[in-house]
Amino acid sequence: MNRADTNRTDGPPAAVPDRPLGSTVALDIRGLRKTYDGHGRRVEAIRDLTFTVDRGQLVCVVGPSGAGKTTLLRCMAGLLDPTGGEIRLEGSRVTGPPRGMAVVFQEYGRSLFPWMTVRQNVERPLIEKGMRRPERRRAVADALDAVGLGDSGDAHPWQLSGGMQQRVAIARAVAYEPSVLLMDEPFAAVDAQTRADLEDLMRTLWRRLGVTVLFVTHDIDEAIYLGERVLVLSNSPTVILEDVAIDLPDDRDQLSTRSAPRFGELRAHVYRQIQQAKRGRPDQPSSRQRQKG
Amino acid sequence: MTLSTDHEHPAPAAGRRGVNRPAARAGLGLLGLSIVVAALEILPRSGAVDRRYLPPASSMAAALADLVREGDFWTAVTQTLRGWAAGLALAMLIGVTGGLVIGTVPLLRALTASTIEFLRPIPSVALIPLVVLIFGNRPESALTLVVYAATWQVLVQVLYGVADVDPVARDTARSYRFTRWSVARTVIWPTALPYVVTGFRLAAAVALILEITAELVIGVPGLGRAIGVAQSSGAVARTYALVIVIGLIGVAVNLAARAVERRVLRWHPSVRRETA
Amino acid sequence: MSAPRGGTAPASHRALGRRARASLLAVGRRLLLAIALPVALVAVWWVLTANSTSFFWPPLSSILRAFPDTWFGDRITTDVLPSLGRLASGYLLAVVLGVAMGIPIGLSPVLRALTEPTLEFFRAIPPPVLVPVIALFAGYTGSASKVITIALGCLWPVLLNTVEGVRAVDEVLLDTARCYHLSRRSRVLHVILRGASPQIAAGARQALSIAVILMVISELFGANHGLGATVVQFQRGFAIPQMWTGIIVLGLLGVALSAIFRIVEHFALAWYRGLRDADPGA
Repeated sequence: MNRADTNRTDGPPAAVPDRPLGSTVALDIRGLRKTYDGHGRRVEAIRDLTFTVDRGQLVCVVGPSGAGKTTLLRCMAGLLDPTGGEIRLEGSRVTGPPRGMAVVFQEYGRSLFPWMTVRQNVERPLIEKGMRRPERRRAVADALDAVGLGDSGDAHPWQLSGGMQQRVAIARAVAYEPSVLLMDEPFAAVDAQTRADLEDLMRTLWRRLGVTVLFVTHDIDEAIYLGERVLVLSNSPTVILEDVAIDLPDDRDQLSTRSAPRFGELRAHVYRQIQQAKRGRPDQPSSRQRQKG
Repeated sequence: MTLSTDHEHPAPAAGRRGVNRPAARAGLGLLGLSIVVAALEILPRSGAVDRRYLPPASSMAAALADLVREGDFWTAVTQTLRGWAAGLALAMLIGVTGGLVIGTVPLLRALTASTIEFLRPIPSVALIPLVVLIFGNRPESALTLVVYAATWQVLVQVLYGVADVDPVARDTARSYRFTRWSVARTVIWPTALPYVVTGFRLAAAVALILEITAELVIGVPGLGRAIGVAQSSGAVARTYALVIVIGLIGVAVNLAARAVERRVLRWHPSVRRETA
Repeated sequence: MSAPRGGTAPASHRALGRRARASLLAVGRRLLLAIALPVALVAVWWVLTANSTSFFWPPLSSILRAFPDTWFGDRITTDVLPSLGRLASGYLLAVVLGVAMGIPIGLSPVLRALTEPTLEFFRAIPPPVLVPVIALFAGYTGSASKVITIALGCLWPVLLNTVEGVRAVDEVLLDTARCYHLSRRSRVLHVILRGASPQIAAGARQALSIAVILMVISELFGANHGLGATVVQFQRGFAIPQMWTGIIVLGLLGVALSAIFRIVEHFALAWYRGLRDADPGA
């Protein structure tokens, strides 16, 4: 497991050296900037985000609300054009939704097609990919089994509970065999019990498939539990406050990992960073806005 | 490139939800209308379309100006509007009272359900021969057709409204020994009101259609009859001018009904999604 | 009632029998409620007009007696079928055109803003008014003008509802379609069209009633063959019982078409009903 470069955000961003060919970098974000213009107002949502994600890493992105996490994810997914900077997936620039990337949205109920069954939902991207029927069938069955929904193939999404619907969305992403998986607060809208199950499912799938995962969340505990690295974002205009390496053991489970002393230390550290972020930095205009802690 | 629809940030000029600046939207709408008018002017003049069938927009406008100066025209407008309003009022009366009564008595509801489902799709045009026989081309012909068609719109909506009443609220009122009338006033009416207003809007549109139909087909005095006369006497531009007038009246009726709906429902928290 | 014999089998048999009887009663009661009023109304009609000498209201018996001669004969092929054919052609034409035009307009906010006032104006024109206008081009007799009239009258509700339905397709669905690289054809067919189908169905339902109205009205002018024309000819010739049979046939046509539409909608939009039942806020 490589430790990727950590970035310091005080002072100007360091010149990032060009990566040699054959590197292990899956995602390369340099100087990402996003400003919204309209109605005479100009809002700088993201000021400067620069980081890399190695192949097969599970990186969590955490930050206060309004920090532009969703904006970052939409830029990376090619759904939003950045104002400045660039995003590279396996070396090529991202200008629209790139191939080899799958996204799991927070609103699972709205991302699954209600007129299709679960199986048809998972199968659709594979049809577009040009997979032949027998392989498709197998991929769909494997994906549904992997998320524990082997028997629910013929149901419609709205017949399932929230947690199950999100599993379908994950199965769809997994069956697609992406090289990078983006997840936008996927477990925010499910209950705590289900969230624990889904987190474990996520780690299991990640380790089995070796896919690169970028996981956006507002839940600090979840970020530390899941990730190998945690990127802590500041308030808007967003920059990276810190890139925290999570040196917890690879085999994690809800009970022992979360009660481990190291977990507590990391959690406290990240929590403190976020509190500082919410209070704003003294030299930024956003420090005038006081957020409730 | 998709533009962000994140509502925290200032909105771009055009998102998926629509052109955001109302001025821009009005401007584009006007532009669209102008293009249609321009086409209407150019196509007949250039010979692409026969002038005898589709006169240029300018001659339509001239015919319109002539119309407005005639007293007969305004008489016809009054006749049409009077028939429309009378029919609509009657339809609202029958529809609302009938709907409230049927909706609140479960036995009546069950008894009438199949009959309503059967009678509702019967086209009002089926009644035209009968109505002609009985009333000839007197305004009562139009009134019958209008009331028949418009009442269904109101009735169905009111039934939906009464069905939407929260049974817990109704039972609570009854347990406090409210009289039937009080229950209707305090519990049923507020719930049903949005539906009544929607029914009003739908009925207003249908009433206009049937009024014009009666005038056109049966010869009841009004704008519809004026169109028939103009067309059969070969006054082509005049025919189109009258069509435009009727269209404008239709648009005005729709806009007014929507305005009433918005006003009455301003305080109401719910939004009805009906088949428009 | 005999005393229970002991053991569970006889008791469960009785319970089953009770349940079966109860549900049979429930079905019977529902059926009774459904036909009670219609039967009563028909009976009242029969009785009230039984010995009628009124010109406009002949006895129901004579109306029913006139049915076979009037309708079961050549008239089906010379009048009824052509009318229905025109109805179907005009309606389908309107639906196809309305959906085909509605999709691009619904997807583009600029196109929507451009066309909205114009479309609202055309929609506000009462469809029967189109009859004399189209007659200017295509005359009153012959099938072409009628089909065009029906198509033009039915177009607006379909078009406007398609635009609205397409506009309201959930953005998350569209984003998902983009992320997974659905081809344009797939996006239109599998996402946009299906997502907008409930709203399109509402427009198609409206258009159906307009189609029937226009079918009849387009046949009321000039010498014609057709369902509406026949009924009016009866009326003008004062063949009253026959006229009444015509009214009943028109009514039945409306009911039958509505029933067919509901059945098709039931299967095509089963997913929408399920979705709404599961999530009433959707």
